[in-house]
Amino acid sequence: MSRQPVEPVQIVRQRRDEALNALVDGVPYIRFMGIRFDRRGDELTAVMPFDQKLIGNPILPALHGGVTAAFLEVTAIVVLSWNIAWDRMENGHRGVDEWDGKHLPKMPKTIDFTTDYLRSGLPRDAYARARVNRSGRRYASVHVEAWQDNRDRMFAQGTGHFVMPTLDE
Amino acid sequence: MARQFMEAIPHSRELAMDLVSIDNGIAEITMPYDEKLVGDPSTGVIHGGAVSALMDSCCGAAVMSHPSSPTGTATIDLRIDYMRAATPGQAISAVAECYHVTRSVAFVRATTFDDDRDRPVATATGTFTVSQPREKPAAETDPKT
Repeated sequence: MSRQPVEPVQIVRQRRDEALNALVDGVPYIRFMGIRFDRRGDELTAVMPFDQKLIGNPILPALHGGVTAAFLEVTAIVVLSWNIAWDRMENGHRGVDEWDGKHLPKMPKTIDFTTDYLRSGLPRDAYARARVNRSGRRYASVHVEAWQDNRDRMFAQGTGHFVMPTLDE
Repeated sequence: MARQFMEAIPHSRELAMDLVSIDNGIAEITMPYDEKLVGDPSTGVIHGGAVSALMDSCCGAAVMSHPSSPTGTATIDLRIDYMRAATPGQAISAVAECYHVTRSVAFVRATTFDDDRDRPVATATGTFTVSQPREKPAAETDPKT
């Protein structure tokens, strides 16, 4: 039996990093919020470094509730898009080199998003991970957890439903 | 007072939110279109997160203006349903109504529109904490606190 040749690690890494950058860098709102994504294999962690402009209550001080909701929703959309892109890459549909500022992959559309505020967002960096609980042909359900200093003390969690993008092939 | 209320909140100021009206548990806030809020560069439609920020601010303002005059509020839960994409280039405005308040919780619903007032962009329902002014004598307060 013949085995497929193993791809050099730097080729694989470059393809994955480029795909992730294509999903994130082209979106002005993600840049405005200062959100970036760390990747370990297929696992993404969203990072939102603290910035004064994210404050909603200057007396406490605390992050704006809308900032928390936005952080969770951005994480859900990017992770869902990333899962779709990952499956395509692993199945040999490359096409990632065509993703640039003008030709981005189609994104899932939010149907609804619910944010559960567990404690007030501190003026610190925030982190979030999303789990795609169901990803069908038309709809997806995604859960997100966000924390700050301590992974075991979430400051917010959220659930959203999304309409899946139509694959253009 | 209304202008200062928005100016005092860094994130609301950053998004150029403007308090149009606030009275008796109902608030309206408008937010101009801005390229930096775009969530889908291929269409220019603003990101749902920016709509969330507007709705959350508006709901909080509605709670603060309720006749029970709370001294403070924070979001417990906020659900947003997205009906359609906001038209690129148009300002969006949210109208929120705080329709019930208990001693500790405020219940709020909100709707966001663009120029077409007949077709909402998004709706929201939320619950908020309510801080009441201290009025009980010290002896009646919880001994644990």
